[in-house]
Amino acid sequence: MANTTTVSPGIAPGTALEQDDKPLHRVIFVALALLLIAAPFALYPVFIMKVLCFALFASAFNVLFGYVGLLSFGHAAFFGLASYVAAYTAKFWGVTPELAILLGTAAGAALGLAFGAIAIRRQGIYFAMITLALAQMVYFFSVQRPDFTNGEDGIQAIPRGHLFGIFDLSNDMTLYWTVLVIFFAGTLLMHRLVHSPFGQVLQAVRDNEGRAISLGYRVQRYKLVAFVVSAAVAALAGATKAIIFQVATLVDVHWSMSGEPILMALVGGVGTIFGPLVGAAVITTLQNYLVSAGSWVTVIQGLIFIFCVLIFRAGIVGTVAHRIRRGL
Amino acid sequence: MLTDLIGIPIQALAGQLLLGLINGSFYAMLSLGLAIIFGLLHIINFTHGAQYTMGAFAAWIGMTYFGVNYWWALILVPLVVGLIGVAIERLMLVRIRDIAPLYGLLLTFGLALVIQGLFRHYFGASGLRYPIPPLLSSGSNLGFMFLPHYRAWVLVASIVVCLATWLVIERTRIGATLRAAQENPGLVEAFGIHVPRLITITYGTGVALAAFAGVLAAPIYSVQPQMGADLLIVVFAVVVIGGMGSILGSILTGLGLGLIEGLTKVFYPEASSVIIFVIMILVLMVKPEGLFGRAH
Repeated sequence: MANTTTVSPGIAPGTALEQDDKPLHRVIFVALALLLIAAPFALYPVFIMKVLCFALFASAFNVLFGYVGLLSFGHAAFFGLASYVAAYTAKFWGVTPELAILLGTAAGAALGLAFGAIAIRRQGIYFAMITLALAQMVYFFSVQRPDFTNGEDGIQAIPRGHLFGIFDLSNDMTLYWTVLVIFFAGTLLMHRLVHSPFGQVLQAVRDNEGRAISLGYRVQRYKLVAFVVSAAVAALAGATKAIIFQVATLVDVHWSMSGEPILMALVGGVGTIFGPLVGAAVITTLQNYLVSAGSWVTVIQGLIFIFCVLIFRAGIVGTVAHRIRRGL
Repeated sequence: MLTDLIGIPIQALAGQLLLGLINGSFYAMLSLGLAIIFGLLHIINFTHGAQYTMGAFAAWIGMTYFGVNYWWALILVPLVVGLIGVAIERLMLVRIRDIAPLYGLLLTFGLALVIQGLFRHYFGASGLRYPIPPLLSSGSNLGFMFLPHYRAWVLVASIVVCLATWLVIERTRIGATLRAAQENPGLVEAFGIHVPRLITITYGTGVALAAFAGVLAAPIYSVQPQMGADLLIVVFAVVVIGGMGSILGSILTGLGLGLIEGLTKVFYPEASSVIIFVIMILVLMVKPEGLFGRAH
C-alpha cells in the first residue's frame, strides 16, 4: 500500500526544508518580486498575467502531488467552476472584481471539499481515476446548463470592473499589480503551508502512510485539508483568469485543462516550490509560440510528458536543487 | 396496455436497453483490457482510449486506402495495433517499471495526447463515416422492437471475446502462469518463465482488445480523434466501481452499468451522462474497494 502513494525517491529533493534553506528562499522570492515588477515594462502584461495564473494553478496541483503524493487528474473542475462563477457574478450580478474572484474561489473550495471527501477514500492510481471522473461530471454539468455557462460560446465580454469600486481594472497595468498581489498571496500561502508542521505531516503521509497512521495522525483529515487548499488555490487561479481574459468557456472545465498543471509541475519539478512557476513560464511561452501550429501543440505537449517521465523526472528546478544540494 | 410500461412505449424502452447493452459491452471490453494490464504491470494504461481510437482509424484507413474489408480489419487491426503496443511496452514502459506507478499514468497520458494530436492533424476533428458491412446492414422486427443486425453482432462478438479472455485466464495453463506472475513474479521467474516477455505479451493483448473494440465501434460511432478519450473517462469510473480484482467482475460491471445508463436515458434523460459517475460516488461511500475489489 505504501508504495502506491509514494513519489519515487529522488523526485522531491527539496522537500524537507532545512533551516539554512530559508534565507535562500527569501532571496529567491525577493528576486522574483523584483523581476515581476520590472517584467511588464519589457513584456506584454497580459501574457505575464497568464503565466502567473497558470503558475498558481500548477502550484496548487503540485501541493497535492509533490507533497502529499496524491495525483489529481481533475483540477480543471475547480479552475473551470471558479472561472464560470467569477464570470457570472461579475457580468450578471455586477459585483466588483475582488468579490467575483472571492466567490469563484469559495465555490471551488466547496467543490474541493465534496470531491476531496470522496476521492481520498482511495489511493494511488484509483485516486487519479476518481478525480478525473468527478471532474468530468462538472464538464457535463457545464454542457447541460447553458443558462449558467452559455454553452459552447461561453460567458464572454466579462467586465473587469473597478477593484474595491475604485481602481479601474480595464487598464492592463492596474490589473497587473492586482494579479501580482494575488499570485504572491497564493504562492506564499502554499510555501508557508508546505514548510509548516502541518506540511511536514503531509510529507510523512506521502512517504509512509502506514507509519503516519501508527504515529496517531488522522491521515484522512490531513489529506482532506490539503485537497481543499489545493482546490481553492486552483479556483483562485481560474477566477482570476476569467477577469483577466474576460471569458469563461468549456475549455476551462475540459479534462485536457487538468493536464496543463500536471505538465507544468512535471517540467518545472514536482515537489519543489519554484518548479511549477518555472514550468508554467516554459509551457505558456511554448504555447504562445506554437499558437498557429494547431494540433501539433497537443503532440508536442504529449512528447514533453513522455520525455519528462522517462529521463527528466526531477524537472528543471528539481535538477538545479539537486546540483546545489539545497531545497527549492 | 401491453405496449406501454408506466407511460414508456415498449419499443423505446427495448431500443434504449439495447443501446445501453452495446455501450456496456464497450465498457466491458475496455475495462477488461485495463484490468489485465494493471494486474501485471501495475499501471493504468491511459493510452487505452487512444488505442481504441487507433483501432477505429486503422479500420477506416484500411478500407479507404487498401480496400481491406470489415471482416479482415476485425482480425488484422488488433494484430497491428497490438504490435504497436508491444513496441510501446518495449521502448518506454519497460523503463519505468521500478518507479512509482503514478508515473506510468503520466507517461501513457502523454502518449495518448501524442496519438490524439496526430489523428486530429491528419484527419481533422470532425467524424469520419465507416459503413456497416453489407452482410449485417439490415435488421429484423422482433415484434416488440426493431433489431439492427449490426448491433446484435456487436453485442454477441464483444461478449464472446470477453468470455474467451476470461476462459483463457482462468482455465488454461498460460492463464495460470499469468495469474501466478501477478501474485509473485519472482517465484514464477524461478520456474523458468521469462516474466518480462510475459509482461510484453500481456500489454500487447490488452491493447489488441482495445483495438478490436475500436473496429467494432467504427460503424456505429463516428470515427474521430476524441472518441477514445471521452469513453475512457467513463471506463475509469466503471473500473473504480467494479474494482480490478476480478475478470468476470469487470465484464459484469461493464454490461450492468451500460444497461443502467440505457434505463436512465428512458426515465431521466438529463442524468444519463452522469449516472455512472453518481454510481461511482455511491460505491465509494459504501464499499470503497469496489464491488469486486479486494480490500488491501
